[in-house]
Amino acid sequence: MRYTQLTDPQVHDMLGVIGVDTVDDLFSPIPPRFRVKGELNIPRGVSELELLEDTHQLASRNRDCTEQVCFLGGGAYDHFIPTLVDALAAQSEFLTAYTPYQAEASQGILQLFYEFQTMVCLLTGMEVANASLYEVASAAAEAVLMATAITGRRRILVAETVHPDTQRTLAAYMQQQDVEILTVPVRDGVMDEESLKQRLTDTTAALVIQSPNFFGCIERLDRIIPPVHACGALAIVSTDPIAGGVLKPPGAFDADIVVGEGQALGIPLQYGGPYLGLLATREKYLRKMPGRVVGMTTDLNGDRGFCLALQTREQHIKRERATSNICTNQGLLAIRASIYMAAMGKHGIGEVASRCFDKAHYAAERIAKLKGYELRFPKAPFFKEFLVRTSRGVDAVLARCRDRGILGGVPLGRFDERYADCFLVAVTEKRTKKEIDDLASALDAA
Amino acid sequence: MTTLRTSPLISRETTPLGPSLRSGDHPVLFEIGSPGLWGASLPESDVPTVRREAVVPKELLADVPPPLPEVGELDIVRHYKRLAHRCFSIDGNFYPLGSCTMKYNPRINERVAFMPGFAHVHPYQDDADVQGLLELLYRLRCDLAEIAGLAEVTLQPAAGAHGEMTALMIINAYHQSRGQNRTKVLAPDTAHGTNPASCAICGRQSVSIKAKSDGRVDLDDLRSKVDDDTAALMITNPNTVGIFDEQIADIAEIVHAKGAQLYLDGANMNAILGITRPGDFGVDCMHYNTHKTFSTPHGGGGPGAGPVAVAEHLRPFIPVPQVIRKDDGTYTWSDDRPQSIGKVRSFFGQVGILVRAYTYIRSLGCDGLRDVSEKAVLAANYLAAKLKDRYPTPFPPPHAHEFILVPQFGDSGVTELDLAKRLIDYGIHPPTMSFPIHHCLMIEPTETESLATLDRFVEVMLAIADEVEQNPAVVKSAPHTTPVRRLDEVAASRKPNVRWRAG
Repeated sequence: MRYTQLTDPQVHDMLGVIGVDTVDDLFSPIPPRFRVKGELNIPRGVSELELLEDTHQLASRNRDCTEQVCFLGGGAYDHFIPTLVDALAAQSEFLTAYTPYQAEASQGILQLFYEFQTMVCLLTGMEVANASLYEVASAAAEAVLMATAITGRRRILVAETVHPDTQRTLAAYMQQQDVEILTVPVRDGVMDEESLKQRLTDTTAALVIQSPNFFGCIERLDRIIPPVHACGALAIVSTDPIAGGVLKPPGAFDADIVVGEGQALGIPLQYGGPYLGLLATREKYLRKMPGRVVGMTTDLNGDRGFCLALQTREQHIKRERATSNICTNQGLLAIRASIYMAAMGKHGIGEVASRCFDKAHYAAERIAKLKGYELRFPKAPFFKEFLVRTSRGVDAVLARCRDRGILGGVPLGRFDERYADCFLVAVTEKRTKKEIDDLASALDAA
Repeated sequence: MTTLRTSPLISRETTPLGPSLRSGDHPVLFEIGSPGLWGASLPESDVPTVRREAVVPKELLADVPPPLPEVGELDIVRHYKRLAHRCFSIDGNFYPLGSCTMKYNPRINERVAFMPGFAHVHPYQDDADVQGLLELLYRLRCDLAEIAGLAEVTLQPAAGAHGEMTALMIINAYHQSRGQNRTKVLAPDTAHGTNPASCAICGRQSVSIKAKSDGRVDLDDLRSKVDDDTAALMITNPNTVGIFDEQIADIAEIVHAKGAQLYLDGANMNAILGITRPGDFGVDCMHYNTHKTFSTPHGGGGPGAGPVAVAEHLRPFIPVPQVIRKDDGTYTWSDDRPQSIGKVRSFFGQVGILVRAYTYIRSLGCDGLRDVSEKAVLAANYLAAKLKDRYPTPFPPPHAHEFILVPQFGDSGVTELDLAKRLIDYGIHPPTMSFPIHHCLMIEPTETESLATLDRFVEVMLAIADEVEQNPAVVKSAPHTTPVRRLDEVAASRKPNVRWRAG
């Protein structure tokens, strides 16, 4: 299949206009010894029909979540996606536009990002937000770099209850910067507040904490953030935007920077990406914020319009002094999330969060009553996800679930040996009582 | 074309944005709808309602849900339909945005990415559940290594700039494994802004190398700056002025003689697919921009994907996990890379985007990829040749897949910005402006445009040159056909209003 439209006679005429004999002449600056001899070792092109057969064959060898019942979470969730999201995000004016540098030709996308920024602020309880980062782990790293720039300090604390991928990403970024990372241990499923107080000093730039955390538990942001502020450090909170339908958002506890994984907002699972990095902060830190920002302004006639704002923070202007190196962001996912938030609205986001909450608690109660199963952190409050310990062998019980078409949970041994006998169960609004009962009976039978 | 040449305003027929959208302000989401409305529905709850105060401390509970908009389904549809109408796009407009490779995005890419077996798989599913997807990713990483002429590819980075950063981390880890901590990274002063910004993220000092007047690297300047403390030279080749720097072998030799690494910014790969390979001309490490070279959509600014290809000696340092093929022919993820830099993001990469890149590479194959670069370079050289009498190009041909011109409008007072805005009236997205040199336009037509579209662009550019002579005011006050006129971007930054507040 080819997507070019220049015919051989046209090519001939074009070469004449240019004043060369062959297309090859146009590549004359490339020294002959560096030219590819013959063809690359890649199969030759195929027709659309053959391509569909090839890709369908690959796709059909995956057992997807539409044919199984998914209780997997750990940062990626099987939430319901309203029809409007796919239908409206697929408009090719969105799909095939690029960064809206030319404001007059991009008012639609600019307005959309402005609305996105506003809705992210509403969900996080923050004052300003950018138009997206890649995903939550790199967003957390950007937030830390922002905090080190604001405080001038180079030591951060990271709660052990933060997603392991975020912790590993922070480690990779901070190793480059000689920023020291200290871990704050877990206690009963949440960060140990006493250990935090011991580790906080006047050299601490920030605490990175996640709530609901990797184990699904809700952290005591009301008690955690004040001591962080007392020593002049910033509180960086990673959150699940859906949780805002039930829980107070991090902004209500004076968080300084909120990051989040926006996948829950209308983005398909896609085996882990592309997802949507959220970043929101206080107005006073606006000029330290990484990433693109859209602002409302007026045109020559005084009419309302939108354009990119504060571009002097960005790499294409400031180069090595930019707040970040990010250029391409997750525009199309921000568009999907916007449509999701618009469609769900105030009522819907509350409903989704309530269903997750109720169903997860129903599931936890059912599973905890089974012989050989218990909640790993029975004291900690949770939102839509909880950790189960089993004496029956995690791999064995999850395999039995799979046999029944149920993805029963994420085994945690792959992240941390201490949790080798545990698996993480996530329950979204999509799960029915019957599916939860089926999970319980599959676990019971295992 | 008479109207184009004489009319101060473009007639409705050529207006890219429908006349019904010309006038009036479009409300923001927060100005429409009514309390109680929403645009979705959920089943009735079939489990008991939990009393929240009984299980969560009341200090942590929200009193009411966040005040998102309250809009009915039809009005949501109309809202986003109208927003879509207010955007230029590849599907609607010629979009010669230099350095961004705004080629046609084949519809089949989207169709494949939305196949349930790709779109609805969870990253923590068992490997046995995702063998088809793992095989696809494995094939893609092998194809990308072959196109680069390098040993191995990591698919993890999320975009081009993220790939640059990942590559610099890999290079730093390589030097550190040899007991060296090199602190400088060189890049030509015409490099993309992401290059020095990525250096800063990696805690390295960015040092500029001069370009000569013909756009090529000044080798003497390079020699004077590369030393034992230099971690890498970041180069773009073909470079950002649209020239393939034939000194590349000398550049590689100078860099390698000091033990530094040669990094290629792969933004311009569309010019050399199947024609030359970075690994063959001395590059140690490079990134791809899949949304440029491999037609994954630009999506209003992303998502991209930034796979990084490395030479043999850098393989131990790439991110984990890596998708591998086992001896029994099955596929899995391997964490077995003790010197790895670790992870640069959650999960495995922009998988949905990588599926599209795979689809594109399969559809074209080795023969079609070479055809891409031949036609892309042909189209750029054709436009440059047709325009050169009225719009001189500061760098001599042959050009690669893009070229630079610097409009000379004498004492008319018309600037490159005015020209760019006037192109919008003709339904053409402006080229990249003022990068990599002042007052320039960088034009990249890509391989997918028809001759008729290329010729119309030439015709419009010449028409605007005439307008500049006969009626410069119409150019200076452009655009005239868009939903808004020129915007006060200074005010948008000086007194930023970046979120809606009621009242």
